[in-house]
Amino acid sequence: MEMPVPNADVIARKAQLVDGLARILPAGAVISEVSETRAYECDALTAYRCPPLAVVLPRTTQEVSAVLKLCHAMGVPVVPRGSGTSLAGGALPTADSVVLGVARMNDVLETDYDNRFIRVQTGRTNLSVTGAVEQDDFFYAPDPSSQLACAIAGNIAMNSGGAHCLKYGVTTNNLLGVTVVLMDGTVTEIGGAFLDSGGLDLLGLICGSEGQLGVVTEATLRILRKPEGARPVLMGFDSNEVAGACVSDIIKAGVLPVAIEFMDRPCIEACEAFAKAGYPMCEALLIVEVEGSADEIDEQLAVILDIARRHNPVELREAKDADEAGRIWLGRKSAFGAMGQINDYMCLDGTIPVTALPHVLKRIGELGKQYGLGVANVFHAGDGNMHPLILFDANKPGDLELCEAMGADVLRLCVEVGGCLTGEHGVGIEKRDLMVDQFDPADLEAQMAVKDVFDPNWLLNPAKVFPLAVSQSRRHVALAAE
Amino acid sequence: MRPETEAELAEMIAAAKGPLHVQGGGTRSVGQPVTGDVVRTAGLTGITLYEPGALTLVVRAGTPLAEVEAALESEGQRLPFEPMDHRGLLGTGGTPTIGGVVATNASGPRRIQVGACRDFMLGVRFVDGQGTIVKNGGRVMKNVTGYDLVKLLSGSWGTLGVLSEVSLKVLPKPASAATLILSGLDIGQAVTVMSHALGSPYEVSGAAHVPAAGQTLLRIEGFAKSVAYRAGKIRQMFTQHDVAVVDDAAAVTEIWTGIRDVAPLQDRPGDVWRISVKPSDAVQVAAQLNAEALLLDWGGGLIWARMPEGTDLRARLGGIAGHATLVRGSDASRAALPVFHPEPAPLARISAGLRARFDPRGILNPGLMAG
Repeated sequence: MEMPVPNADVIARKAQLVDGLARILPAGAVISEVSETRAYECDALTAYRCPPLAVVLPRTTQEVSAVLKLCHAMGVPVVPRGSGTSLAGGALPTADSVVLGVARMNDVLETDYDNRFIRVQTGRTNLSVTGAVEQDDFFYAPDPSSQLACAIAGNIAMNSGGAHCLKYGVTTNNLLGVTVVLMDGTVTEIGGAFLDSGGLDLLGLICGSEGQLGVVTEATLRILRKPEGARPVLMGFDSNEVAGACVSDIIKAGVLPVAIEFMDRPCIEACEAFAKAGYPMCEALLIVEVEGSADEIDEQLAVILDIARRHNPVELREAKDADEAGRIWLGRKSAFGAMGQINDYMCLDGTIPVTALPHVLKRIGELGKQYGLGVANVFHAGDGNMHPLILFDANKPGDLELCEAMGADVLRLCVEVGGCLTGEHGVGIEKRDLMVDQFDPADLEAQMAVKDVFDPNWLLNPAKVFPLAVSQSRRHVALAAE
Repeated sequence: MRPETEAELAEMIAAAKGPLHVQGGGTRSVGQPVTGDVVRTAGLTGITLYEPGALTLVVRAGTPLAEVEAALESEGQRLPFEPMDHRGLLGTGGTPTIGGVVATNASGPRRIQVGACRDFMLGVRFVDGQGTIVKNGGRVMKNVTGYDLVKLLSGSWGTLGVLSEVSLKVLPKPASAATLILSGLDIGQAVTVMSHALGSPYEVSGAAHVPAAGQTLLRIEGFAKSVAYRAGKIRQMFTQHDVAVVDDAAAVTEIWTGIRDVAPLQDRPGDVWRISVKPSDAVQVAAQLNAEALLLDWGGGLIWARMPEGTDLRARLGGIAGHATLVRGSDASRAALPVFHPEPAPLARISAGLRARFDPRGILNPGLMAG
């Protein structure tokens, strides 16, 4: 993956920069020794690494503002970082950049059950937001798989989803307001503990902008009362097509499960070997979960099971108690770990129309054969967000490149059937060059115009989202303007 | 001007020599008055894709809302965000279009539970102020590919671009619904009741208070048995109050259509404001406004207020966080008061910057959202 040539002039001013940062931040908040900046050289897309010039770990919005003001004045690119769990390289530094990590900003600022919101500093982890309110039976709905580690800042940057978004939506649907620091150091609030904005929806624009428009330091998030109960059911089918048709029929029937998860045979086998959840050996498994009181759950599951039976399942397993429910989820939740045990893998994230599921799964299988790489599929079927795991051997020369080429073909396939490159992970550097497959030049121009307005010098996370060739003229003008 | 295709729309905008007044059905005459050649999207019609099994609808912007709703109804689905019909309140004629719904982010009582129009928007196609056709988003439910211009265009009142096609997530229409009516509550008690109900696990899909009728309304929707169960549970929460239950489908629809369209404020002239605040602030706001008539929706978070013509309602909010829009105002009121809530300086600068980029000639509904 190509990264822009670092600005030698910026690198030459490292001492001056570090000195300036040390003056505006408390002791211990600036990291500039090469041995220490290395900890920030990559995120969860570990194939790509580059230590930054320096790392800053501010504790307050004012400190973030001071850092951005200085970097703005000195023309230094800034790479914002939450917990560094991006699978797309969203927090990958360049050699001429300052990494601005919000990990030390993790306070709960306000909890309000009457108005059903929580206000937090954005370095707080996703799971610990729910952790702050669950003793009172509330929760924060978006639940990305990395929720134990990932920060709200990164969730907002990538507009993260999770398994339960069929019912509860993704981050943008649960975000009420932000405190954002613009690249020139300006601090402003967008939204708040009330709904919708009066003017243009700048909150909706900030969410999912991959840290390119501003640094979000505080967030007001919607919290919800926990349902009375939830129960999953497991279904096995002898083909992906039939499982796909079943998903579509369930959605059409008027029940809205909180989650519909899909696993194919390679994934089932790996999970079974790893977690021994007692899954049946078949071509496709669905886990469907519904919520409500015991009676409400029974009523919804009756409808769902009735639909499933019409598709001749090889297995139908209802959880009778919490223990059985746990076992149904066990395999699914350990899927990524299980795959990691047997292979290196690359996790894709394209979304497709649910109706295209059987066709896309078949084509992915064919591409796997063509490239000579194994693929396991585990994904959120209800909303069409695929997660094909392409297996490769990192120690085998050329295998990573082969895997990336196949990944690009799979994502192009997603676009071809009416879907998109990324459903919840973000573009980052990983899918940057494929943007031209989904968007026309005018579409990209409109998006880049937004960045021009928020960050005219293209200093915030500049090498992400847009193909380098497409953003080059802007980044060069910005450099020349310093 | 009445383009029949997106390409024609693009040509017309590119060739425009002066300001354009962009309209769908012309039913939502909110904002500062616009002078310019009228561009109507009413010729851009038709559902281009509807997949009930994927909960997705793609439709051209000028398609009448009624046509969209009928298509969804035939598959037992609906637009979940319950868009308001502005005609009753504003006294306008015309036919509401789906593009108008999106351009105004029109969202009704169910917004409190499921989200606003913008939350159900999956994709847009639009023509910017220079006549360039732009697409963003798509037709799938989870999509973080690039910036979210879909949300930016939703609620931009035709000032950044003219929508030509929109894609939406739709939801199944529940089998049944009920409304609990609590009588005799003052605004403080009503907000407390609504907060408790919305903070319960019983999935309340509407929470409104009509002071004139002395009624507090709570809506529950779903399978019949589930609705009965949850209605019973909520009733038990409020045994100290007088609670009646309406479970006739037509009656429930009528009640909430009235709330959605602000029926209780329609009968008299005067400026009508739409105020969005933290629900618990509603009590103080109501006390400070000295309004002629009030309607509370979204558990108190949305306050509709009818005020004597020309009243600067924002001055009476006394620093309470939120925003107020002058939805119905005479020309004199609109000349004297910004229709949309003034933004803090940094956001006003960004909004102006975005307009300058999407519409550099300043010809799309110029001034409509201006302060």
